[in-house]
Amino acid sequence: MNYLVGAFKPPCNIFISFADGRSRKQVPLKKENGKTVMAALFQSQENIVGEVVIEPIHGKKVEHNGVKIELLGQIELYFDRGNFYDFTSLVRELDVPGELYERKAYPFEFSTVEMPYESYNGVNVRLRYILKVTVSRNYVSNIVECQDFVVRNYTPPPSINNSIKMEVGIEDCLHIEFEYSKSKYHLKDVIVGKIYFLLVRIKLKNMELEIRRRESTGSGPNTYVETETLAKFELMDGAPVRGESIPIRLFLSPYELTPTYRNINNKFSVKYYLNLVLVDEEDRRYFKQQEFTMYRILET
Amino acid sequence: MLNGTEDEDKWLAEGIAGIQHYAFFMHRALDSNNLREALKYSAQMLSELRTSKLPPHKYYELYMRTFDELKILESFFKDDSKHGVSVVDLYELVQHAGNVLPRLYLLCTVGSIYIKSKEAPAKEVLKDLGEMCRGVQHPIRGLFLRSYLAQISRDKLPDIGSEYEGDADTVMDAVEFVLQNFTEMNKLWVRMQQHQGPGRVTEKQEKERSELQDLVGKNLHVLSQIEGVDLEMYKETVLPRVLEQVVNCKDDLAQYYLMDCIIQVFPDEYHLQTLETLLSACPQLQPTVDVKTVLSRLMDRLSNYAASSADVLPEFLQVEAFSKLSNVIGKVIEAQVDMAAVGAITLHVSLLTFTLRVHPDRLDYVDQVLGSCVKKLSNIPKLEDRRAMKQVVALLSAPLEKYNDIVTALTLSNYPRVMDHLDIGTNKVMAMVIIQSIMKNYSCISTADKVEVLFELIKGLIKDIDGADVDELDEEDFKEEQNSVARLIHMLYNDEPEEMLKIICIVRKHTMAGGPKRLPFTVSSLVFSALQLVRQLQGLEGDIVGEDVPVTPKKIFQLLTQIIDSLSAVPSPELALRLYLQCAEAANDCDLEHVAYEFFTQAFVLYEEEIADSKAQVTAIHLIIGTLQRMNVFGVENRDTLTHKATGYSARLLKKADQCRAVYACSHLFWIDDQDGIKDGERVLLCLKRALRIANAAQQMANAARGSSGPVTLFVEILNKYIYFFEKGNQQITSSAIEGLIELINTETQSDSTNPDSISDAFLASTLRYIQFQKQKGGVVGEKFESIKL
Repeated sequence: MNYLVGAFKPPCNIFISFADGRSRKQVPLKKENGKTVMAALFQSQENIVGEVVIEPIHGKKVEHNGVKIELLGQIELYFDRGNFYDFTSLVRELDVPGELYERKAYPFEFSTVEMPYESYNGVNVRLRYILKVTVSRNYVSNIVECQDFVVRNYTPPPSINNSIKMEVGIEDCLHIEFEYSKSKYHLKDVIVGKIYFLLVRIKLKNMELEIRRRESTGSGPNTYVETETLAKFELMDGAPVRGESIPIRLFLSPYELTPTYRNINNKFSVKYYLNLVLVDEEDRRYFKQQEFTMYRILET
Repeated sequence: MLNGTEDEDKWLAEGIAGIQHYAFFMHRALDSNNLREALKYSAQMLSELRTSKLPPHKYYELYMRTFDELKILESFFKDDSKHGVSVVDLYELVQHAGNVLPRLYLLCTVGSIYIKSKEAPAKEVLKDLGEMCRGVQHPIRGLFLRSYLAQISRDKLPDIGSEYEGDADTVMDAVEFVLQNFTEMNKLWVRMQQHQGPGRVTEKQEKERSELQDLVGKNLHVLSQIEGVDLEMYKETVLPRVLEQVVNCKDDLAQYYLMDCIIQVFPDEYHLQTLETLLSACPQLQPTVDVKTVLSRLMDRLSNYAASSADVLPEFLQVEAFSKLSNVIGKVIEAQVDMAAVGAITLHVSLLTFTLRVHPDRLDYVDQVLGSCVKKLSNIPKLEDRRAMKQVVALLSAPLEKYNDIVTALTLSNYPRVMDHLDIGTNKVMAMVIIQSIMKNYSCISTADKVEVLFELIKGLIKDIDGADVDELDEEDFKEEQNSVARLIHMLYNDEPEEMLKIICIVRKHTMAGGPKRLPFTVSSLVFSALQLVRQLQGLEGDIVGEDVPVTPKKIFQLLTQIIDSLSAVPSPELALRLYLQCAEAANDCDLEHVAYEFFTQAFVLYEEEIADSKAQVTAIHLIIGTLQRMNVFGVENRDTLTHKATGYSARLLKKADQCRAVYACSHLFWIDDQDGIKDGERVLLCLKRALRIANAAQQMANAARGSSGPVTLFVEILNKYIYFFEKGNQQITSSAIEGLIELINTETQSDSTNPDSISDAFLASTLRYIQFQKQKGGVVGEKFESIKL
């Protein structure tokens, strides 16, 4: 029995650790199985330095055709399960073919790694970075160990950040003018604005501001679009009259947002929209959707 | 309807249960210092306030419950050792709540702590709160939210002397904030109406709205409490802004309530100094607003203010309070086309009251008020509204009550013009009020002009007015009225005969128009008033004798003749006769023989031609005899004619007893017990004998008709006359004649056919006793009587 178990279990344990693992910031990362684990956080152009420890199970020797570590940036499209597109792939050979009898540590270093895309866990797509250690063997399958890490890239505040201002309406029924102070917001930003009622001939019940995320994957006829509503924020209760202006102040920090991603490796895009919804007494909804850009600034 | 309230009660109970439920969890979170949970449950608790199902007073109940809970929450927020979050972060944190209503309640709660912490200028926080609260546009929910805001910010306004006042925060900001809140609340409040849509304004909705009025008015109260709101600021900022809102909201309920509120919460002094601004809003209000009540209250307050101290009066003059008020009333009436007459008149009454209290010395103001009222009334074809009438009466009575003197009112040129607009009944009532006022105050109306005006005023009583329904007149009321007029005539008096004569002429002119029903009441007053003048002239006569004296008794008597003559139209011969006799007597006193004779002639003519009733004749003849007896102005010839006539009439009375009595009364015409009076003993005896004959005849007639003689009373009466003249020394009356008469009476008494009569017996007995008494008295009289043998 023990023999059998031993036959399927990998003959060694592999540990991957980062050199600055203790001091490095950890962020939550959702795994495939739904569990959230903490993962180390990097940004593009950082050196990724660490150590791989291979520890054979007690009393066994591990024969191998070489040990390597890869840094992979992968895009996984769920409808195309099993296919990963590696947009980044770096390899370091850690050991030449030979045998391992005891615990052995291999330091590694990827310096100034170009990681242009951020880790992302969407509805139909996942972008992830992993360190993959492979112990190649003959006749039997390779021993593989992966370590996820998270990449976030910071952008400076945009130099041009115009407000969004628009007048919309249904003829002779409802005319409003709304204004969001900016078109680009960072993740902890506040959306400030105003809705100005120019004409109200319908009996409104309330008004909400929604933040919607639109994730489109694939291309051409195989495009999949998934829209999620991340926030529903009631702006107004009751029916306004002509000339009334309603303030908007929506703090973005409580919501799980990401920066806007445009055409990531030609595989997917993630865009954000502000959806202003007016609901009348018969629960009819009138809305106007407006794209805005999210970006990430370096948190201090 | 019943189901409606039941449902509402159910919803309220559910709401309360919800609040209690979440409050319980909130308390638990607070006890364990769990901020996140506390925020979560408090937001859920506040969500109960999102209901639209409750009427205001029930919603208020929910509100009060959450209010108490929020107090507890506030004290938790205040203590950052418990939750470890700075107030600035807390201010952000509560804004994460997804629903606007709970979010804003929490924001206000934290906001109040934020101000207290002084980490940000009060003005900024207040401004932000006020601005954010716009998110609630539902009228009831919005009103309560803003009232919560007003409540928690009340003690945190950067008022003068407040700890929140600073370089950045001035009282101006405090005022600005409250004004802003007021404006928004009023908009919400007004919107409650518009929400229902036009034409569906039910009583219930009105009621619900008025339940909320105090929430709005509270802001004005807060404004009035801000120390820093001095007159200057009130004038420049507060009032114009509030009025702007009031005018622009175009809602009658709100306009009425708020105007009243302004008037009540701010000091009188401010009102006085900003009168122009305040009043200028009035004509701009909706036509259905009850402006009259608003203005009345304002004027009430101002007049109380004026009454409070004499020092403030100059201020009233300085700001020309009266002309401004008067002006605005005109404008309001103009603007409110549909205002009922009663409204316009009520306004005038208020203004008048104001004027009387503040400027009692300015009669021109009073007249001006009446004048503008006339102007208004003249646009109304006919005043039929009872209430309007009442107000006009009030309008007219006010000056009377104030001045206690009709004379003052008479100088008001517009007074009678107002009265013209009353209907006949009311006009009379008013006239009575005027007369009663005169009576009460014993006002003496002393010039002809005033009398003219007065009679113009009370003409409703003086003459029939066209269109009056005569049948409806109540006899008793009519008498009462006319008696009052009669009394009034006596109140018209002037020491100057010339003026007095004018007065009399005027009164005559008016009373003559009164028609047959009124004349009997008024003429006698007038006659006596004139006679009084005659007597007054008599007193003066010694001093003024001249050709060109304008007023002479003669003239007056001429006038009197005409006056009394008018009674013939009534006809009221008895009264006329009495008055002629009165005049004759007066003429007698003035030594005007011809005049007196003329009056007697008139009296006799009346007697002959008009007085047919035998009883009236008896009374009349006795009056004639009595008056004639006192006449001393007549020459022998005239006197003879008159006495002859009188005796003639006496003898021609119908009943024997009456004849007898009249005849023996005539005896006095020949014996004036005066120094140079006529003493014609023979004719006296003649009369008495004739009386005796008639008495005899009466006795026989009674015997013949009824088989028994009447009482001997007549005889005893004649006996008394005998004794009288005997005592006065009439030689023709002898003691034997008296004895004979007594004998006769005794015989008559003892005869079988005579019915015993205790009255005449007693009469006789006391007469005999008198003779006895005189005998015993001794002296000249005693001797004389001694000759009578009993």
